[in-house]
Amino acid sequence: MSWKFDEKSPIYAQIAQHIKMQIISQEIKSGEQLPTVRELAEIAGVNPNTMQRAFSELEREGMVYAQRTSGRFVTDDKELIVQKRNELAELELKNFVDNMTKIGFSIKEILSVLNTYITEEKLG
Amino acid sequence: MTPLLQLHHLSKSYKKQVAIDDISLALPAGKIIGLLGSNGSGKTTLIKLINGLLQPDKGDVVINGYRPSIETKKIISYLPDTTYLREGMKIKDMLDLFDDFYEDFSREKAENLLKDLHLDDNEMLKNLSKGNKEKVQLVLVMARKAKLYILDEPIGGVDPAARDYILKTIINNYSEDASVIISTHLISDIEPILDEVIFLKEGKIILQGNADDIREEYGKSIDSVFREKYNG
Repeated sequence: MSWKFDEKSPIYAQIAQHIKMQIISQEIKSGEQLPTVRELAEIAGVNPNTMQRAFSELEREGMVYAQRTSGRFVTDDKELIVQKRNELAELELKNFVDNMTKIGFSIKEILSVLNTYITEEKLG
Repeated sequence: MTPLLQLHHLSKSYKKQVAIDDISLALPAGKIIGLLGSNGSGKTTLIKLINGLLQPDKGDVVINGYRPSIETKKIISYLPDTTYLREGMKIKDMLDLFDDFYEDFSREKAENLLKDLHLDDNEMLKNLSKGNKEKVQLVLVMARKAKLYILDEPIGGVDPAARDYILKTIINNYSEDASVIISTHLISDIEPILDEVIFLKEGKIILQGNADDIREEYGKSIDSVFREKYNG
């Protein structure tokens, strides 16, 4: 089954984001070898050049590195992964707070409903 | 790097109707290119000019250094938008024919593709549904090791599952030195596999570029950009 892509951004950026998420969530482990461009292009149902571009993007960010003969690997730099994880968390928090503010919640109210929500979810 | 396909000021009219209007273009090897346009925009005419099935009124077509000729038929694998299969033949007979005719045809590859698509090569072509006939033609075309594949509406009549398989076959077949031109108006289905897109309207190129760059620039899918360009 091919991956699904949304309308708004380039496909390579969506793939890069997807793989980054897999690395941050440790679905793909630090130091693990990645499939080849061609394998992954076929799985995702995208053009190999697009997949290549996604990998270049991840290399640029330092999330993956290429070894000349043996392929591509996820970074061993655990600190970088933590840093990217924090960046992502911050972005999620910002979106959440922005949206809540937009629908009229004060910071105090946000904290209160968030607290209630988490408690109830845990119990439920 | 020399382009695989070059068009120089190419023009073609049918009586007074202009079909292709002064198109110039250079396409490199190693790309999957979408030739997109509404009905009557000139896609099939352009493809026939590249294949030497029509003669241009003006301009030139150069493929890997050759004008359309026997030399270019050896390196172009072409899927026309109509069927050319003889109804009275078996799929197997078509494999024999292609094997005999094209040096670059891989029978093994064709047989594997047929198997994956659940087509029995002992079947008579007249007993196949329209969609299955299309699949057979596509298998024949993709089983060649060509430099340029030209697919005119390859997925129009096939079901979505086969469509996915066909698109994967096209990706699989991709190599550094071969390019694939896919003409279609079913853009959303093929969008993820495209490198480059060419929008054709009234015989002219109105937009050309890297598919992801266009998505980035317009902030929407190629399909949406297409709708915008052709409804205006």
